[in-house]
Amino acid sequence: MSRTFLGMPTPAPRGVGHLRGDEPFPAAARRALGDAQLRRNLRHATTTIRGKSGAVIGEVPDWQELRAAGRAIKTDTMARLPELLEQLEAAVTAAGGTVHWAADAVEANRIVTDLVRAAGADRVMKVKSMATQEIGLNEALEAAGIEPVETDLAELIVQLGRDKPSHILVPAIHRNRAEIREIFLREMPGVDPGLTDEPAALAAAARRHLRRTFLSTKVAISGANFAVAETGTLAVVESEGNGRMCLTLPDTLITVMGIEKVIPTWRDLEVFLQLLPRASTGERMNPYTSMWTGVTPGDGPQTFHLVLLDNGRSAVLADEVGRQALHCIRCSACLNVCPVYERTGGHAYGSVYPGPIGAVLSPQLTGVADNASLPYASSLCGACYDACPVMIDIPSILVHLRAEAPHPRAEAAAMAVAAYTMDHPALYAAAQRAAKLSRLAGPRGRGLPPPLSGWAASRDLPQPPSETFRQWWAER
Amino acid sequence: MSARDLVLGRLRAALGEPRTAPAPVPRGYRSTGSVAADLDLLVHRLTDYRATVHRCADADVARTVDELLGGRQIVVPPELPRHWLPDSVTPVLDDNLTAARIATLDGVVTAAAVAVAETGTILLDGAPDQGRRIITLLPDVHVCVVRTEQVVATVPDALTRVDPHRPLTWISGPSATSDIELNRVEGVHGPRNLHVIITA
Amino acid sequence: MRIALFVTCLADTLFPEAARATVRLLERLGHEVVFPEDQTCCGQMHVNTGYPDEALRLVRRHVRVFAPYDVVVAPSGSCVGSVRHQHATVARRAGDERLASRAEEVAARTHELSELLVDVLGVTDVGAYFPHRVTYHPTCHSLRMLRVGDKPLRLLREVRGLELVELPQAEQCCGFGGTFAVKNADTSTAMLADKMRNVLAARADVCTAGDASCLMHIGGGLSRLRAGVRTVHLAEILASTERSATAGERDRLEVRP
Repeated sequence: MSRTFLGMPTPAPRGVGHLRGDEPFPAAARRALGDAQLRRNLRHATTTIRGKSGAVIGEVPDWQELRAAGRAIKTDTMARLPELLEQLEAAVTAAGGTVHWAADAVEANRIVTDLVRAAGADRVMKVKSMATQEIGLNEALEAAGIEPVETDLAELIVQLGRDKPSHILVPAIHRNRAEIREIFLREMPGVDPGLTDEPAALAAAARRHLRRTFLSTKVAISGANFAVAETGTLAVVESEGNGRMCLTLPDTLITVMGIEKVIPTWRDLEVFLQLLPRASTGERMNPYTSMWTGVTPGDGPQTFHLVLLDNGRSAVLADEVGRQALHCIRCSACLNVCPVYERTGGHAYGSVYPGPIGAVLSPQLTGVADNASLPYASSLCGACYDACPVMIDIPSILVHLRAEAPHPRAEAAAMAVAAYTMDHPALYAAAQRAAKLSRLAGPRGRGLPPPLSGWAASRDLPQPPSETFRQWWAER
Repeated sequence: MSARDLVLGRLRAALGEPRTAPAPVPRGYRSTGSVAADLDLLVHRLTDYRATVHRCADADVARTVDELLGGRQIVVPPELPRHWLPDSVTPVLDDNLTAARIATLDGVVTAAAVAVAETGTILLDGAPDQGRRIITLLPDVHVCVVRTEQVVATVPDALTRVDPHRPLTWISGPSATSDIELNRVEGVHGPRNLHVIITA
Repeated sequence: MRIALFVTCLADTLFPEAARATVRLLERLGHEVVFPEDQTCCGQMHVNTGYPDEALRLVRRHVRVFAPYDVVVAPSGSCVGSVRHQHATVARRAGDERLASRAEEVAARTHELSELLVDVLGVTDVGAYFPHRVTYHPTCHSLRMLRVGDKPLRLLREVRGLELVELPQAEQCCGFGGTFAVKNADTSTAMLADKMRNVLAARADVCTAGDASCLMHIGGGLSRLRAGVRTVHLAEILASTERSATAGERDRLEVRP
């Protein structure tokens, strides 16, 4: 049996999950840009987190060395991904866990739904997880009559507000305290009608609201930040304690993990546990990190299932340039420094993965044609590359993916003509002289066709000079 | 074909043959043992993230616990040193207590496995003086006793001191969230009060 | 020193004053400037818009034209960035390893203007005179691709008569981004609005930078607002002396009825 027969790298299927938007980025962004409250919330939040993160990164003398190590570990991981996953599977199984493989979102949703049913539960509690957002697990569970309860505060805000997450780390970043108070008053059963918009009061309301759920729910579903192939250890990094609740209290724990989250050795955690909190929430260490290896008799869930999810990742791995996007540790530093994200917010990207990393990851997971506008949703300013704790060269991947995106026919024709002209200096000089005709359009570009009309909508056009440089040089 | 074979086959196809060997990992960062543990730094970092720090001799732990939890019902792990408990508290031994029962108790006193100075982190590994994960989760006050020899400088140091096969909980300050306008707010689902007693 | 000018298509066609200023400046410092006339465009627009196959012929041309020169300078961080970080990639993508290695050789000898002055020629005081209140926008490719750091500021601080004022949030992108400015015109405009707000907050008469493209963008916005702040390329400021005409005198963004 040949290798190719065993399956070629395949993008995530359509019709399930949340990797594809309903409209191209420019259209969605246009609407977001007009929302003054959203703009204010985003500006405040991203400015705050940039300041915090910069301060704690400044405290460690070896940040660049940690970044370089993080990149190298991830590069090594991707080069050995199938073998490391087999090693992880063996270690988890030996420690009393059960490992499942899911080729795509449909399969992962079915596996999890069956496991919940087998446990006899009609309600599950969830720790914030990008992978389960990606595959649309909540919708699948609801369709099967199982109630998923999000326990992360921001996810709870999103779920109660019937909203969509807009940030990897802080899914409700687009909401301010006043809006959160309104959602709680409207949607939270039994909430104190005198609830104020003090963040501490809002957090306390969530604590009261979820306590009974934590104590009475028999099945929890989590994601994973890291999975150590060498030992079979899973790690979840969190702040509120909802993660600890879900990982500790129920009888059954189901963890859904993108296959790229595996790391080779226990020692490798020493790099990522330093990089992630500082780049992410801007803390030296997040309040809680839980690590577990299979099942511990007498302590925590006595049944543990690990679901390893492909859903397009093999297709990303197949692209030697784009592969780096799989190095992402979901810290969201690139979102927080991105001038585009800061102004449009996460919903404009259409996918659960917004911001710069989303603009390179989503199109690769789905195939570029299904997210063709995302590689262009960047000015290529490079701030994301500098901020990335594992040094993913996002600008280079964006440029690489633009070459794979379907191009408008008129644009492709114009670019071909331009390249031909610029490869013939005499034609080029003639074209330069012709450019002066654009003087007729005036600084406001009257009568210009798109895309130049887009420029002229807010910016005056430069008026061509009386002579080009090469004319001046020739006459010198 | 099983999903396992399908996924692994896809990944092998994606990587192609021959595979290029990646470069060795440069570990030029401060690795294990490169920095001395600094107790004052630990105190500063714990305090900075709203843990309350107490320093005393081992013999005086009970007096501090009395100040913090006197008159209250507390859960204790199976092998907590008894001399840490004052007469003023009502200890409830965790012999597989139910979650509902633990949730009714006021506090918990445990030892620790390791503390990390640079990040202000205490690390629990489920040893008999720390107990099951649940007992440090549901009560609202966690008093954790750290001996100075358990303090290490950095995260790499801490990882060498614990067994990956035990359930591990890394705690850096009380439960908190940054979900509301990215400001850290203490007190969501875990204990809202974290007291660390460092004994000489 | 004999220095080949890589003029860039944008400066050649729309902003020749920046290129002429580069020539005047280097000649004043005692160097010989040559202009290889077969040069056209480095191909960055094609690469960044998703047309590396079309860019290949432009990369090949650029490498052929500039291979004979030991020192190449361009008054653009962005175009030098493309030469350094994209040319070899475009060649390798097309399977032309020989072109890639030649592109890397040319790239190693190609400098952005402030790099050439400070690193290669070892000067920061170029003898310039520019009696205006100036703020400096570090363009993204100069800042993060080339890492020119404070070299432009060191040059500006030595200019007689020049009052240098800090640009708030200087390191934020102005929103140009080439094809981004037209494909995502709304987001680009939102970024430009914040950049202009900061330029105006600096209360400068002149906003300068090392890239004509970003200046075209910022200047186009300021002109539309009738903000009364000019954009002037760094080369023009450094070329100005007590004897020469004041840089940027010709209003490139002249307002016509």
